[in-house]
Amino acid sequence: MTDAERWYRERYAATPERDALFTTLSGEEVRPLYTEEDLPEPARIGLPGEFPFTRGVYPSMYRGRLWTMRQFAGFGTAEETNERFRYLLDHGQTGLSTAFDMPSLMGHDSDHPRSLGEVGREGVAVDTLDDMETLFGGIPLGDVSTSMTINAPAAVMLAFYVVAAERQGVPPEQLAGTIQTDILKEYIAQKEWCFPIDPAMRLVTDMVEFCAERMPRWHPISISGYHIREAGSTAQQELAFTLKDGFTYVEHAVERGLDVDAFAPRLSFFFNAHIDFFEEIAKYRAARRIWARELRDTYGARDERSLLMRFHSQTAGVSLTAQQPLNNIVRTATEALSAVLGGTQSLHTNSYDEAMALPTEEAVRVALRTQQVIAHETGVTNTIDPLGGSYFVEALTDRMEEAAYAYFAKIDELGGMVDAIKQNFPQREIADASFQLQEEIERGQRIVVGVNRYQSVDDAHTDILRIPPELERKQIGRVQAVRARRDSAEVEEALSELRDAAASGRNLMEPLLVAARAHASEGEIVESLQRVFGTYTETPVF
Amino acid sequence: MSTGRKIRVVVAKPGLDGHDRGAKIIARALRDAGMEVIYTGLHQTPEQIVETVIQEDADAVGLSILSGAHMTLVPRIAEGLKAAGADEVVLVVGGTIPGEDIPELKELGVAEVFTPGSPVQGIVDYIRSAVPA
Repeated sequence: MTDAERWYRERYAATPERDALFTTLSGEEVRPLYTEEDLPEPARIGLPGEFPFTRGVYPSMYRGRLWTMRQFAGFGTAEETNERFRYLLDHGQTGLSTAFDMPSLMGHDSDHPRSLGEVGREGVAVDTLDDMETLFGGIPLGDVSTSMTINAPAAVMLAFYVVAAERQGVPPEQLAGTIQTDILKEYIAQKEWCFPIDPAMRLVTDMVEFCAERMPRWHPISISGYHIREAGSTAQQELAFTLKDGFTYVEHAVERGLDVDAFAPRLSFFFNAHIDFFEEIAKYRAARRIWARELRDTYGARDERSLLMRFHSQTAGVSLTAQQPLNNIVRTATEALSAVLGGTQSLHTNSYDEAMALPTEEAVRVALRTQQVIAHETGVTNTIDPLGGSYFVEALTDRMEEAAYAYFAKIDELGGMVDAIKQNFPQREIADASFQLQEEIERGQRIVVGVNRYQSVDDAHTDILRIPPELERKQIGRVQAVRARRDSAEVEEALSELRDAAASGRNLMEPLLVAARAHASEGEIVESLQRVFGTYTETPVF
Repeated sequence: MSTGRKIRVVVAKPGLDGHDRGAKIIARALRDAGMEVIYTGLHQTPEQIVETVIQEDADAVGLSILSGAHMTLVPRIAEGLKAAGADEVVLVVGGTIPGEDIPELKELGVAEVFTPGSPVQGIVDYIRSAVPA
């Protein structure tokens, strides 16, 4: 009998337990106590900046440099978002992050019938090169790092951005930033697509190839678990599906003939920071270790930078409640702390009013201040991976890793991630997990403060940001004005060239740059590609 | 229900919004509660939703909207239902709907609005009570 077993029998078993669910948010059993017997071999933990990177990708972590505080912003027209960008830069934000509106994410122009009522609502409307130039007006693109959250039409937006920079006199080689581009998680979770999955993967690989050759400071894919988690997955599913998506992009690029070390250092990740504190920290630590091992051992990477999983994180929108919204500040702070203790490279903190609408400026400021308090007041940045060696955190990290490998095996049985998605496997796993969690909440087994326990009769009124409807008309006016003043023969020629390239299989980035320079709109470009690639409709599972 | 017919509910995602966690949970809960559930899938136009409601001879339709486009999309669906003579169909809306928009939605013919955190059982019970037997 180990000492811990003796303790359990003699001491713990004699004391009553609360009537509660002692599992993580994802349903992982948690024991009353962890001891040194739960620690793995020291080599599995390692040291910061060294294989397997469990304790962090850099040797000095936050002692060398704090994480980037990168608040995602975008609404209305490019002019309004440009103002918000300048506001955030003035308040100490260190990187820009662009949210696009739904029509832009789906490849529709603002005057497309399906865009009605959606223009500029959840992000900024970008229809043409002209909008992209307005969006970054007065911001020197060679000096900032920019993140663009767009997937299905990512290659089109990247072309707009590269041409906008070109017109500022900045070559693509100097541009720093990230574009999300992670199309696999769109089919799995976020559901904003333009093309069937196979041509969509080809477009992603075209971008990876272009960036490997021309944009050494650019991250062509941000492999994202965030949306998988927001769609209701567990932490284990988020980890497993995201990593598997990442391996799939690597495989496609290698098949294209690229050396793994020519692009892998520029792959980055994006994870959710949910409310179960230790589970999240374990997830990040396991993610780093798995990525490093697989890139080295399975994909043959030799450059150490290819092994580094650098990630952005965002607190969980899905954990926010419309009831008693100020409580969301506490949730967000806890989640942000887990991301920091998990070694994140950049962080977005949600605003407390986001369960109701887009955030107000005041709420955005509190969210940014939350990060600044963690960074400068709490002392958690003084030492690297302060939870490394914690019996519980190390054991949970190992459990996370096992769960991920179990999913990898299932996905491989289905023929890999692309085939698994076509068979609705990850979609069904997520739907089941989200239903189960909802049932636990309904039964009161899981308490959500202010929702199923500690309700208040009247929730305080919260101001919300409204997008005026005139904005849609204004944006429609902008795109139509561009169409009126450009050279339409040049546009026709560029789009026809693009269709030929799509049919021929040659890299689409150059023809996309030509189309961007001709002021072709996003919708025109996407529709041209759809004429060759077709469109996508899912068979929903619930 | 004198005919013993199951309640038929269309769960729909209007607009471009891809957030379908809530819609799928509700669809499954209604199905588990013994109703006939038709889930439209994503990216439906108001016209498509009205057509589905008519074709499926639905008793109720639940719209899930988290994109902020509800004040554009819901009126078009409510009007479409009226124009098709289907105004007795119980129309409910769920999602990120600011409280101050609720009275206007109800005036348009929305029977009930369920905001984030609404218990699923409450939605099931509501539909069962609102659909005439």
